[in-house]
Formats: sequence, C-alpha cells, structure tokens
Amino acid sequence: MKLSPFALTLLAVAALAGCASSVKLDEPVAVESRPVTPTGSASTSGANTTPMAESRVASVDLGTQLTAAVASQRVVLFDYDSYVVKDEYANLLSAHAKRLANDRKLALNLEGHTDERGGREYNLALGQKRAEAVAKSLSLVGVAVAQVEPVSYGKERPAVQGNDEAAWAKNRRVELKDK
Amino acid sequence: MSELNQLMNRRSLIAGATASLALPAFAQFRVEISGVGGTQMPIAIPDFRDEARVGQPVGAIIRADLERSGQFRIIDAPTTTGLFEGSQPVFADWRSRNADALAGGSAAKLADGRVDLRYKLWDVVKGPDLGGEAQAVAADDVRLGAHRIADTIYQKLTGERGVFATRMAYVTKVGGRYTLRIADADGEGGQVALASPDPIISPTWSPNGRELAYVSFETRKAVVWVQDLSTGRRRILADFRGTNSAPTFSPDGAQLALSLSREGGSQLFIMNRDGSGVRRLLQSSAIETEPVFSPDGRQLYFVSDRGGSPQIYRMSLPAGTPERVTFAGSYNISPTISPDGRTMAYVTRINGGSLRLSVMDIASGAVQQISDTSDDESPSFSPNGRLLVYATRNGGRDVLMTSTLDGKIKARLISTSADVREPTWGPFSR
Repeated sequence: MKLSPFALTLLAVAALAGCASSVKLDEPVAVESRPVTPTGSASTSGANTTPMAESRVASVDLGTQLTAAVASQRVVLFDYDSYVVKDEYANLLSAHAKRLANDRKLALNLEGHTDERGGREYNLALGQKRAEAVAKSLSLVGVAVAQVEPVSYGKERPAVQGNDEAAWAKNRRVELKDK
Repeated sequence: MSELNQLMNRRSLIAGATASLALPAFAQFRVEISGVGGTQMPIAIPDFRDEARVGQPVGAIIRADLERSGQFRIIDAPTTTGLFEGSQPVFADWRSRNADALAGGSAAKLADGRVDLRYKLWDVVKGPDLGGEAQAVAADDVRLGAHRIADTIYQKLTGERGVFATRMAYVTKVGGRYTLRIADADGEGGQVALASPDPIISPTWSPNGRELAYVSFETRKAVVWVQDLSTGRRRILADFRGTNSAPTFSPDGAQLALSLSREGGSQLFIMNRDGSGVRRLLQSSAIETEPVFSPDGRQLYFVSDRGGSPQIYRMSLPAGTPERVTFAGSYNISPTISPDGRTMAYVTRINGGSLRLSVMDIASGAVQQISDTSDDESPSFSPNGRLLVYATRNGGRDVLMTSTLDGKIKARLISTSADVREPTWGPFSR
C-alpha cells in the first residue's frame, strides 16, 4: 500500500515538528522537500480573492492530520494460516506510530480476526496471534506497549459474508481501532 | 439385570425399517431421527388423558425423549385409546402391535393451580405393572414433569439414570443479536439467560448446575463472565490484558481452567472460582486452549499446536508433562470427556476440510467418526454419558444435534430459524 503525497506531507510535518523523534522506523519513510501547505479548518486557499490579514496565523492540528492519515489505514490482511505482517504494511504501521506518539493518551485495540473455517476457540487463539504480531510490529516502530492491546474476535465478526477464498481473504485480518 | 435386558432376551428386537416412523404431531416439537439403532425396546406411550388441558403435549414429550435416547423404538398408538394410569390394558392388543412395554397416564389441574401428572408402566409381554408415579408440579413445570416421567421409565427399563430432566445451554444468533439460552435437554422451553448485541461463546456449567461461565465480547474483547442462573447476577471472572477464553470448571467446582493471553500467546491458567489464585500451568510459545478436566480432576485435556498443528494433549495436575492424545489427522480440537472418564469426544478435520464429530476410547486410542456432516462443533456429553449434543450446519443454518456414542441414532433439536450453536449439557441437578 502506498501513501498519498498528502499523507507523506503530513508525515513530514510530524517529523519536522519533532513529535516523532523517539520513533525508530524499521524502514525509512520518504520525506518530500516541498513546502508544507497548511490544511484544516483554518486553512486558506490561494484562489481566495479576499485580502489576507497580515496577522493571520493558519493553525495546524497535528492530531487531526495524523488521524486523517490513518483513516484508510485500519486493516492489516493476512495470508492463509499466516501470522506474518507483510512488508506492504510498513507505511500503515508508521502512520499509526506517529499518531500514537503525538498523543500518548490515544490507545488502540488491535482486533485479530480469522476466516470462518475451524473451531471457535482455536480461531480465537489464531486471531490473538495475528493481533500480537501487529502489536510486535508496532513496538518495533516505537509504539509504547501501553498504547495498544492485542485482542481477538476469532471467527465471530467476519468483515464480509461468504464461504469462498475471496471472502476468507478479507476476513483474515487485524483491525486497528481506537479505544 | 435391567428390565430392558430381560425383555430383550424374551424377544429379538431388531430395529428395522419401522424405526422413527412415530413422529409426534407437534410441529415445533418434532424429533428428526436419522440412523437405525442395533437393539431398541419397542414401547407404546399414548397421549396422556386430558393433557390438552395443561398446555403441554405430555405424551409426545416423553415419546421424543425416549426415542432420542436411541434405546427405544416408539410404537404408534391410536390417540383415542383413553389409556391412563388407572386402566386395565389388554396386553394382547399391545403385543399384536409389537410393543413390549406400555405407559399411560393423565394430567389434571389442581385447585391450587398446580398440575398433577400420573403414569403407570406395564410389561405387556409378561403382564406385571412396573410401577408408576404421581407428581404435582407448578403450571410452568409441566414439561419438566414430563421429562421426569421419561427419566423414570428410562431408569426402570434400562437400569440407568435418565437425562431428560436435565438442562442444556446454547447460544442463538438472529441477525446481529446473540442470546444465551437455558433449555430442557430436548432443547425446548428455552429461557433467556443473557441477550447481547455482541458475540457470546463457550458457555460451560458449574458442576452444581447453578452457574454458567462464558465468554462475552460486550466490552469489545473476550472476557470470561460467571452468571448465577436463578438470580441473573453476573460477575467478571477474567478480564486481563488481551483475550480471556475457554473457561471450564473443575469437577469440585472450586476452580476454573481457562486460556489467557495476558502474558502473550494463548496459555493455560487455573484460578479459584472467585478469581483469586491465578496460576499459569504451562510455559510454551504455542497456542494452548480448550482445557477440560478429567472427571476425577487429576488430569487436564487441552488443545495445543506445540507439535505444529492443533492436537489434543493431556497433562497431570497440578504440573505434569503434556502428552499427546490424538495422532490421526492434522486438526483435532474441542475435547470433552465422558463422565466415566473412558471416552473422549472431539472434532477432527478430515480431508477436504470437513469438521467431524469423533469419539475416542481413551484406553485403546481407537477412534470412530460418528457424523457425516461437515461443520461439527462443540460436543458435550449428557451427564449419564450415553448421548452427545453438538452443533453443526444444516440447510445453511447452525443447528443442534444429539447422537448416541456409536453415531447410530441422531436427533435434531429445536426447530427455529435462528442459528443455534455452542451447546453444553448441564449436570444432574433437579
């Protein structure tokens, strides 16, 4: 999964702000060098014809931006019978790491899920294993243990109904949800 | 020697093509039997006199109980026999219908609102009456009264204790609603113990039948709760970091074993029933779950993937070395041990991914698959060890089945459009 230029800009903002200085990334994240364009409720548009007051300050709310950056980055999918967090989720993990580092009061439930095959309790344990794999990946990019709780729903809460590989592939997942 | 054996010796009883023809006429209460037992006693039980006045099909409840046990074949009886406990049946008539035993009774409302149930049992081959009974039950307990009559008939004729007056717990799912229900052993008469918008799994009875432990996701994670059934009072037993699951009571009811991920992984723990004294049983990097005590409380059976695939192991308590119990197949889960400790029922995955109910003779290790369905789950023994209840898929829905241990007589419980799952059979208690 690739981050949008917008999201990358946000990451750059976070890095520049020093909020993520304690985060050790296992992979370097590309940082764009172009100037930061403030966004959010207080932002202004260059196309606006109203003259801008000289004393105006555009507010940047990192928390809002970082939350927006993970909005579409809440699900990690797994291969059949696998508990390996694939490399393609490095950016997702980084985005969450930055957000959690920016606000130490934030906490995530890492909800492990399995496909529908097999027993309920064993699948609960398998989902837990996936959730703990994501927790470990997050800790490797600097997330504090206290900010994430790996839990499992086993096969009880499928993302999609269906009993073919297409459905199963979407159901073998960990969802990163705010507590 | 039991009455059944005596009768069996007098007459060769091969349950043949006529088995299972006697379906009671109550749609909500049909026993769907599949399979044919080896030897079954033919018994006739007409509807009880005046049973319509007490609101329950007493005769049909008793017939269905006995039929589901696999040890009886119900002989069709005319509904208008007028037979009751005070009758003098013409045994030759019943012998001509190939019945070996006959029960008749009556129901009557008492002045205080209770219901009086009476019955008598006859040996129509030899002629003697085998006794009877009268009981006055609350109006809401007529079903229970009928099950008790089935129990006494079962005991008089087989020499073993019946399980029809015991209870069962299971979970129904309709849409996004989950309901934990307590029902009679035939699955009927269900009462709601807990209704929730979140999943409920793994209910298990305390040995005295007063409490259920279960896993509820109502707090957005798996937490083990214990609920007193008569008061509805519930308490959290285990709510540690991560997942709390697979509770099971020790035979003396003083402790529970369960699987916790609080120290990472899914590992086995034991704690006191008040939640104190939490103690980790094993140290492994494998998944360890679904613990169940042997009936003497000295061993714990459980599921572990320490060998690379989920298999059933057992260890001596308090701290033995796990030894593997299942060897055939690559996926064996959900063990449950018979009350005499000799038989283990579990679920095995066979080629193609089907999950089948299997039974192992623990001493010899001999295994028999006793179902031909493909999504079997959650086996649980009846308290006399003669039947198993389990969940499976049928017609796109989760349904409950009972089966004899040889797999020959199966009955589907509960006709409902809901998904029914996670059955667990309660103890002898009432």
